[in-house]
Amino acid sequence: MMTNHVHQPVFMTGDELSIATFSLLDAEGELYSGATEPPLEREHARRLYQAMLATRILDERMMAAQRQGRLSFYMQCMGEEAAVIGATAALNDADMIMAQYREQGALMYRGFSIDEFMNQLFGNELDYGKGRQMPVHYGSRKLHYMTISSPLATQIPQATGYAYGQKLAGDGLCTLTFFGEGAASEGDFHAALNMASVHKVPVIFFCRNNGYAISTPAVEQFAADGIAPRAFGYHMHVLRVDGNDVLAVYEAVRQARQIAVEHNQPVLIEAMTYRLAAHSSSDDPSGYRLKSEEETWRLKDPVLRMQKWLLKRGWWSEEEETQQQESLRREVLDTMKRAEKRVSPPLESLVSDVYADVTPELQRQFDQLKKHIRRYPDAYPRGARSLDLDVETHIDSQGDA
Amino acid sequence: MPTMNMLQAINNALDIAMAEDEKVICFGEDVGIFGGVFRATSHLQEKYGKTRCFNTPLVEQGIIGFANGLAAQGSVPVAEIQFADYIFPAFDQIVNETAKYRYRSGDLFNVGGLTIRTPYGGGIAGGLYHSQSPEAYFTHTPGLKVVVPRNPYQAKGLLLAAIRDPDPVLFLEPKRLYRAAVGEVPEEDYQLRLGEAEVIKEGSDITVVGWGAQMEVIGKAVELAEEQGIACEVIDLRSLLPWDADTVVESVLKTGRLVVSHEAPLTGGFAGEIAATIQERCFLYLESPIRRVTGLDTPFPLALEKEYLPDHLKIFEAIRESVNF
Repeated sequence: MMTNHVHQPVFMTGDELSIATFSLLDAEGELYSGATEPPLEREHARRLYQAMLATRILDERMMAAQRQGRLSFYMQCMGEEAAVIGATAALNDADMIMAQYREQGALMYRGFSIDEFMNQLFGNELDYGKGRQMPVHYGSRKLHYMTISSPLATQIPQATGYAYGQKLAGDGLCTLTFFGEGAASEGDFHAALNMASVHKVPVIFFCRNNGYAISTPAVEQFAADGIAPRAFGYHMHVLRVDGNDVLAVYEAVRQARQIAVEHNQPVLIEAMTYRLAAHSSSDDPSGYRLKSEEETWRLKDPVLRMQKWLLKRGWWSEEEETQQQESLRREVLDTMKRAEKRVSPPLESLVSDVYADVTPELQRQFDQLKKHIRRYPDAYPRGARSLDLDVETHIDSQGDA
Repeated sequence: MPTMNMLQAINNALDIAMAEDEKVICFGEDVGIFGGVFRATSHLQEKYGKTRCFNTPLVEQGIIGFANGLAAQGSVPVAEIQFADYIFPAFDQIVNETAKYRYRSGDLFNVGGLTIRTPYGGGIAGGLYHSQSPEAYFTHTPGLKVVVPRNPYQAKGLLLAAIRDPDPVLFLEPKRLYRAAVGEVPEEDYQLRLGEAEVIKEGSDITVVGWGAQMEVIGKAVELAEEQGIACEVIDLRSLLPWDADTVVESVLKTGRLVVSHEAPLTGGFAGEIAATIQERCFLYLESPIRRVTGLDTPFPLALEKEYLPDHLKIFEAIRESVNF
């Protein structure tokens, strides 16, 4: 602790420090003067952009499907694609990502197939999560993407622990955790940052400051200058970045990763962005914000900005854009049709994975349930099907019974 | 065979686990160089270094959040919560995260390596916040295992089993017995199976069930009852989740009478679960109502602790009344 005595009280508020926002690309996809392009190869840049585009299209289609009653629930990443995918692209693909729930772009970048997305969204027999969680709670072991958990901020101290294990394992990997500015009010956020700093853990805390926690605007979430200044309280490296500028986000996380992995120091990144869509399919932003505000942010669209930059470099073309959009839309629709026709997971998945092995008491309850379903098969068609009963069952479609 | 108190047995178990597997990591408030406020982790930092045995900041939700992540990564964390009374800031991490990790991910990820150790229970003049027995909050949570040892021998064997178990375990240590309970403990590595009760004493007139520190109290009550010619069968559950209903059922089918005792308050306590199960499975064999001898439905008191606690006399009375019903 530094001791520097004064003999008159000097109260401070933090206003003495102002945190600038790191940005490289303007809204037209032009590099700001004085800005340096990050080391991003053509193929890497194209992979990044294609993931942004695919995420945008998946979101559009699935939101429409939800409105048609084909899907029970959905959450869009719209407006935050640069923040999520730019960050992911700067990691090693084997680094762990512990996300909040709006970060499907990270999975898209790492190669989660549209089939894999759909199986989770429809909770069918091929869903890795065995139909246990609401839509958008994806997880992938092979892609190092921790299964989403609805409670907010619980993933943040877990990221600290996970990264501590990576440090002990000495494999040169780190963990990045995503969360919103609202979730940063939870105690888990503070616990996580403090422990990471004290124990020198290679973890990147990536805050998507998108302006809203459902309907609560950032000004009603905290009084300080955003989330970034909190890092000082933990003596942590921090950087604020334009979250709609994919090159800036990429460079921010690329350098953060070096600090984390090479020096075993945690880093906080605050990406300033905007949730262009509703919080979820159950939300209607017209009740709490103005259309005009949304319009000003639409002009800063991160996907368009990246597209403009790529076009100018000749790394992408209008034809590719049209062709890619069409084929993605078709793929999403075809895949959705397949996924929604698939049956629910088998009845056993109700009781498996509570423990490594089904306990005797749970087995007893399960046997009782099966007996009951055999008596009333028509009341439980999904369960009855996996008991090999001769039951009339219709295609399961959540919300379209 | 060496003699150890319960703390020494726990320390010995941690030592064996850490020596055997470098993925075993112990941490919590004051567990580092100081060895924990009760000294359960004494000398582990000296032996295994600061990266494997360390102090954490004073933040229970952080300790368990960190532990969940560490376990998901493949390490084997043994996290200490200094007193069970202070586990509640971590309740969300335990109930919503630890317990559901495997299920919600379809077994892609799990935190089975996690063991949470925490001292619980009264009788040490600890008042409201150093005495509670919060087991029932956790037995209501599928995905967790809840284990309570009653003596040093069990503490070592059950803790080693908990650390190596493929599921997360909440290991409740009866702190009143930390130094008071002394017994023979094998030097070598051994495990006691989780989920299995132990019939400590056979008897034909009445079954008395408990766990942890309450077994000592039950022992005294049973001595009084035996003096009056009542043959008691005494069962230590050892695991509360999952719990060994079969052993209790088998006993009650024989005796027709059951007393269950715990320190925690009556309403919503785990004795209620046992009573409900036994009346379902032994209804026609019961000779008298199942009795619960527990703490009162109050916060844990200080000056009137002795009056509050379900002591041997209260248990003895319940046995007597049950037999004379």
